[in-house]
Amino acid sequence: MQYFLQNLVNGLQWGSFYALVAIGYSMVYGILMLFNFAHGDIFMVGAYIGFFTATGLVALAAVGNIILPSWVIITLTMLIAMFLNAFVGMAVERIGYRPLRDAPRASAAITGLMIGIILETGNLALLGASRRAFPPLIKPVTYNISGVFITNQKILIIVVALSLTFMLHLFIRHTKWGMAMRAMAYDFVITPLMGVPLNTIIALTFAIGSALAAAAGVLFGIAYPVLGPYMGIIIGWKAFVAAILGGRGSILGSAAAGFLLGFIEIFVVMIFPSTMRDFIAYSIILLILTFLPNGFFGEPYSARLRL
Amino acid sequence: MKATGSLPAGRSKFKIYRDKLLAPYIQVPVLGWLAGLLISTLLETFIGPYLAMVLGMSDVPALFGFTVVLKQPVLIPGVIIYLLIIYVLPIAIGARLTKSLANYIAGKLQQYPFWISAVIHIVLLYVVINTWAVMNDYRVLLAKLIMIAVIVTLSLNVINGYMGEFSCSHPGFIALGAYTASIITVLFFVNDSVLGAALLPPVLAPFLFPVALILGGLMASLFSLLVAVPAFNTRGDYLAIISLAFTFIIKSLLENLQIFGGARGFMNQPNLATLPVVFLWTVLAVWIINNFVRSTLGKALNAVRDNETAANAMTVDTKKTKMTAFMFAAFWAGIAGGLFAHVMRYVNPGSFGIKKLAEVLAMVYFGGLNSVIGSIVGAVGFNLLSEMLRPLEIFKWIIIPLLLILVMIFRPTGLIAFKDFDPKKLLRAKNKKEEDK
Repeated sequence: MQYFLQNLVNGLQWGSFYALVAIGYSMVYGILMLFNFAHGDIFMVGAYIGFFTATGLVALAAVGNIILPSWVIITLTMLIAMFLNAFVGMAVERIGYRPLRDAPRASAAITGLMIGIILETGNLALLGASRRAFPPLIKPVTYNISGVFITNQKILIIVVALSLTFMLHLFIRHTKWGMAMRAMAYDFVITPLMGVPLNTIIALTFAIGSALAAAAGVLFGIAYPVLGPYMGIIIGWKAFVAAILGGRGSILGSAAAGFLLGFIEIFVVMIFPSTMRDFIAYSIILLILTFLPNGFFGEPYSARLRL
Repeated sequence: MKATGSLPAGRSKFKIYRDKLLAPYIQVPVLGWLAGLLISTLLETFIGPYLAMVLGMSDVPALFGFTVVLKQPVLIPGVIIYLLIIYVLPIAIGARLTKSLANYIAGKLQQYPFWISAVIHIVLLYVVINTWAVMNDYRVLLAKLIMIAVIVTLSLNVINGYMGEFSCSHPGFIALGAYTASIITVLFFVNDSVLGAALLPPVLAPFLFPVALILGGLMASLFSLLVAVPAFNTRGDYLAIISLAFTFIIKSLLENLQIFGGARGFMNQPNLATLPVVFLWTVLAVWIINNFVRSTLGKALNAVRDNETAANAMTVDTKKTKMTAFMFAAFWAGIAGGLFAHVMRYVNPGSFGIKKLAEVLAMVYFGGLNSVIGSIVGAVGFNLLSEMLRPLEIFKWIIIPLLLILVMIFRPTGLIAFKDFDPKKLLRAKNKKEEDK
């Protein structure tokens, strides 16, 4: 039982990254009906921005002889990374997707894929192949709750991921901007005619998705402090699977599917050898999609064909 | 000429000059171009090495001098002269001089059954490729890989172009074909530590190689049902996700099959995929896939893509059509995989992942959707480009994606999209007015 609970906590932590990244995929897919294949690499860029911000803040504090509490550094790092990465997402949209809005969706998917490769290679060219170590921002403290070990890092990651998801949900449900996004997801053609600024809403969608990806990147850096240019591939493609598993354009659905994917992966490793992880996890996903072709929370496919 | 480039008068003068220069070439049939290419490749075989030495290069530039120039920019004039003497002038002059003869032969060939003309053209094309490639091993390998890429691109174009779905499962199909064919050939013809001694004498290998390839293709097509059955129950983007999951599953499965080397890979395939073998399979693939997409089934596939409901109303069995096309494409991907395994003589699961997927998708969308010629252009162009830019190292992977983004922005469906490929029209003599139109 303890073992099970322990893995439940690990699964929650691992699923947090998937959930935050999957939301970005899901939002873009919900509105534009296209796969933003660059999103995994936007996550990577976010992690690197977080790395530079954190390193800079730590160095600044050391130079100025100020003792910054760790929560201040973490909050600042997170906010700055989210803010800057939002612009990265908007730039990707401006370069890769806006010129192709009337083109077949698959072409836009290809530009996304190519922008992803450019981001990876650009990182490799600028920063070299060496991996970066994320600065340790919090001193790990382990709590023992009746045999289940929980570090404060895990609590931080899970709490931040859940609260960001919940905040986004509130934003989508209860603000005017959120309403515009929902309307856009409902009908991409009529809504702009009602005076909703098309380009602004789409840019906002990309900005929010990228900001969440940056948050995931910073959290990832805190939990696994090794960053590499190709780190976005593994997390990104899996989160993409989770986004579809959750259902088209459903925020809570894709977050839930992200956590589910995390659980599946952790529990597979618990029972089987770790090399079988991908095989069993994806087989389960294939089975789920066979019986629930619209994901957990998605509506039946009804969109018009754009290819 | 370049000074008057901005003036309308100068430009029209230039245009007239250009038209005058190019006018005779409109009438050159494919046979004439092949003759020109043959002359140029023969010229390179005989005087290429000496010319290269005179111009200061250590050896014949392997890929039209691009790699040489990127490494040593000093050699640019030499390379240009080399290209002019070996390629441009012989092809231009050869095609021009043999024009009337080629047209005469092509006209005569039109009176015979079409296959005679087709065989003659294919043999000539093979001779050209062979004389070009045998200059060094690098070219042979490159030619083989490009031809395999042509098969892969064509087969993916059947799904992504003609059917209009977005499939990510091709790396999985290629891997299945590669492993199946390798296991069969290694089992029968190689003394392997895992699969035991060779069961048959190696003399039989070239004859049983096609069987192994076809079994690999059938394996891929069998596994494609795993994707097709759930995906085609609903319309939409679930094919993309299911096929992606499929690719990951196959890769992970192969990594866990320790008997076939696991993640380390599987090697010792016999050297069966020689240049003529790969060439023949490529010709076969182009021919069959072209016939497939021009058949009733292919047209039904287009109908399904454009409007599934309407196609259904017009008596097209949409599900069956999609399934057939998907399995057909998987079959050819499997064949390409088998060839790939025997060209490299080593396969590992790592080479059938996301990177392969990006590469294959890039080739399809670069060349053009819904077009056989586009796929050939895409595969050849992408691979040549990728090899030519190799000296740039990692910057290659910034330039190529940028180029693809530009292609996508200015031609969203690819360079040569939605073009029919009619071999009869292509191989016709060009000197007559097209009275039969």
